[in-house]
Amino acid sequence: MIIKNKTIVDDDWTILRLAQNETAKNVMVPAGKIIVPLKVWLEQREQLLDRNELGVWIASDERPEMLKDDLDKFTVIAVDFPKFSDGRGYSIAYYLRARFGYTGELRAIGDVLRDQMFYLQRVGFDAFAPRPDRNIQDALKGLTDFSEVYQASVDKKMPLFRRVQRNGNAVDN
Amino acid sequence: MYRYDQYDQQIVNERVAQYRDQVRRRLSNELAEEEFRPLRLQNGLYMQIHAYMLRIAVPYGLLSTTQLRMFAHIARKYDRDYGHFTTRQNIQFNWIKLEDTPDILADLASVEMHAIQTSGNCIRNITSDEFAGVAADEVVDPRPYAEILRQWSTFHPEFAYLPRKFKIAVSGAEEDRAAIAVHDIGLSVRKNTQGEVGFRVFVGGGLGRTPIIGKVICEFLPWQHVMTYIEAILRVYNQYGRRDNIYKARIKILVKALGIEEFKRQVENEWAALKDGAGTLTSEELNRVSSYFTAPAYENIADTDSGLTSFKSENKAFASWMQRNVKPHRIPSYAIVVLSLKKTGRAPGDASAEQMDAVADLADRFSFGELRITHKQNLVLTDVKQSDLITLWKIAAANNLASPNIGLLSDIISCPGAEFCTLANARSIPLAKVIAERFDSLDFQHDIGEIELNISGCMNACGHNSVGHIGITGVEKKDHEEWYQVSLGGSKGNESSIGKIIGPSFSFDQVPEVIERILQVYCRERIEAERFIDTVRRVGIKPFKESVYATEITDGQEDDVLAFKPAQYSEPLYSPRF
Repeated sequence: MIIKNKTIVDDDWTILRLAQNETAKNVMVPAGKIIVPLKVWLEQREQLLDRNELGVWIASDERPEMLKDDLDKFTVIAVDFPKFSDGRGYSIAYYLRARFGYTGELRAIGDVLRDQMFYLQRVGFDAFAPRPDRNIQDALKGLTDFSEVYQASVDKKMPLFRRVQRNGNAVDN
Repeated sequence: MYRYDQYDQQIVNERVAQYRDQVRRRLSNELAEEEFRPLRLQNGLYMQIHAYMLRIAVPYGLLSTTQLRMFAHIARKYDRDYGHFTTRQNIQFNWIKLEDTPDILADLASVEMHAIQTSGNCIRNITSDEFAGVAADEVVDPRPYAEILRQWSTFHPEFAYLPRKFKIAVSGAEEDRAAIAVHDIGLSVRKNTQGEVGFRVFVGGGLGRTPIIGKVICEFLPWQHVMTYIEAILRVYNQYGRRDNIYKARIKILVKALGIEEFKRQVENEWAALKDGAGTLTSEELNRVSSYFTAPAYENIADTDSGLTSFKSENKAFASWMQRNVKPHRIPSYAIVVLSLKKTGRAPGDASAEQMDAVADLADRFSFGELRITHKQNLVLTDVKQSDLITLWKIAAANNLASPNIGLLSDIISCPGAEFCTLANARSIPLAKVIAERFDSLDFQHDIGEIELNISGCMNACGHNSVGHIGITGVEKKDHEEWYQVSLGGSKGNESSIGKIIGPSFSFDQVPEVIERILQVYCRERIEAERFIDTVRRVGIKPFKESVYATEITDGQEDDVLAFKPAQYSEPLYSPRF
């Protein structure tokens, strides 16, 4: 189960993570709906291009530019959070959406917890795979912690001061 | 001052609900401590030695008397009748229970306050000049920009999990009173030759274990671009700042590693995509926010003496107070008054609930109901009529708030130190107390003149030790013994510099004698009215070093030092030192 477009849905994608004895070059990518590491995509691009549906995931220390010209090749792009305090994934998502114009599914995977959900959604994630030991219903609640925000990001193209009429102090007098 | 509108209030109210739920989940063990830790830290809640400490944001150090009275209420209801004002213009309460914190936040929200981002690896409270809006040397009022940046940085979705904490300071006067060069980003609001407003932008300054003076990344950034330019800096930092070593994770290390030119190239490259976009500040928004920072209704008073000269001549204490604690206002019939939280025998920056109420009464009666917190841990009433100074002084003195020591030796900056903080190697407050007691003579202090003595219990430098004219840093030796390093020549403001360590460290009891010897060298070497820092700059640290280490300093040379006993607390020491 994952959260997608603010609802809990079944998920039939499998995330491929390299085992210790595997390399991006030699790993066998199973058939079916697989989300492969960016490194595997870069190494096995020719074979993987034949697939109907393919996903790719990017690690927090990898560069989103590596995917810039291939965005249309994937049904899903995932960003891995090795631990929730690693905030690089937020900027990766921002680049994919705001700078490179990716419009497909953008999924947060790894150490994804309820209290990051609101921020993740703001920078462009529309799918979330919360940590499996946690209640996914609870995680869903994290998406609605706030009903208003100050800054522009991927979800709101305009900051609050350009979206609403805010009255200054002089109006009261 | 700025007042919340429906949007600000809604966001803060929703924050209280979110945080209340986080605490509920922690108390029911749904959240492990490890997961709760970054959440509570983003809310300024630290686990200290005796209890939790809650740090509350005072945006750019400006608060109303209603807000100050709320602090007094919090001190009485949830703490031990006092609070500690910090070098980042905030307040901390040291004896807090976790289960009370949601109610404290709700109390704060009722007076337009919060504890959002007062800790954690995110953008912290924006600090500014404590005399903003009234200083005689002000070029541009920095407060509207500080408020605009407060809103921009509040719950910024992309920059909540940075490599490390991130501090921004804004100053708009000739004299930098906000220590902008030792912040991750320092902004100096100024005017160019055409009279247009913009910012000189410093980046990569900071204290801590690698103190560095910030570099200028942009000489003149037109005001419209302040948010997009900072966003560009933060985005580069968020991606490339080091995350493998907590001690090398601040932006200063990245700037140093890349060099300012390469760092600037990366920032400007990023900025090119943001410039003139939606994040560009509009004059409507600037005007809206500025409308909250208009001058109060000053009375039109003839600039007369109001009997001050004659009262000064008959009252030496008042004369000293006028000289040290009263600063020039841009309206000559008004004055800026600094209320000292540095009375000898008290912890620097501490104020009792009773004192907070007294200050609130003073501000209501004499200063339009507002006050400021300074990064030197004192309080400021910015708009006092000259003719009210005598009355105000009498009330302040009765409340132990009129020590005439602003900028003098006993105006010590001190962190809470090892009595409270799990990071500290050594105690700070007791050391500040023994130093203040040793040099309690005001005649002596006035003779020594302007000097900044800063104490931190560890290298993290919350007490600004590395930019103290005299800096004292707690260092650990084997078996948790307390030892202190002494540095000289640090300074913040327009001529920022990092102090140099004079040599091997000293025990607690030796430090007052070390200070004594340093001051003796100053008195010997100074030329006329030369300030301490200028003498150090001119002669270097060598003569000080020679004199300090010339003969052995025996522990407990002074009887009163020997008699000193560390604070005793009733709470058990349950917190692990992590």
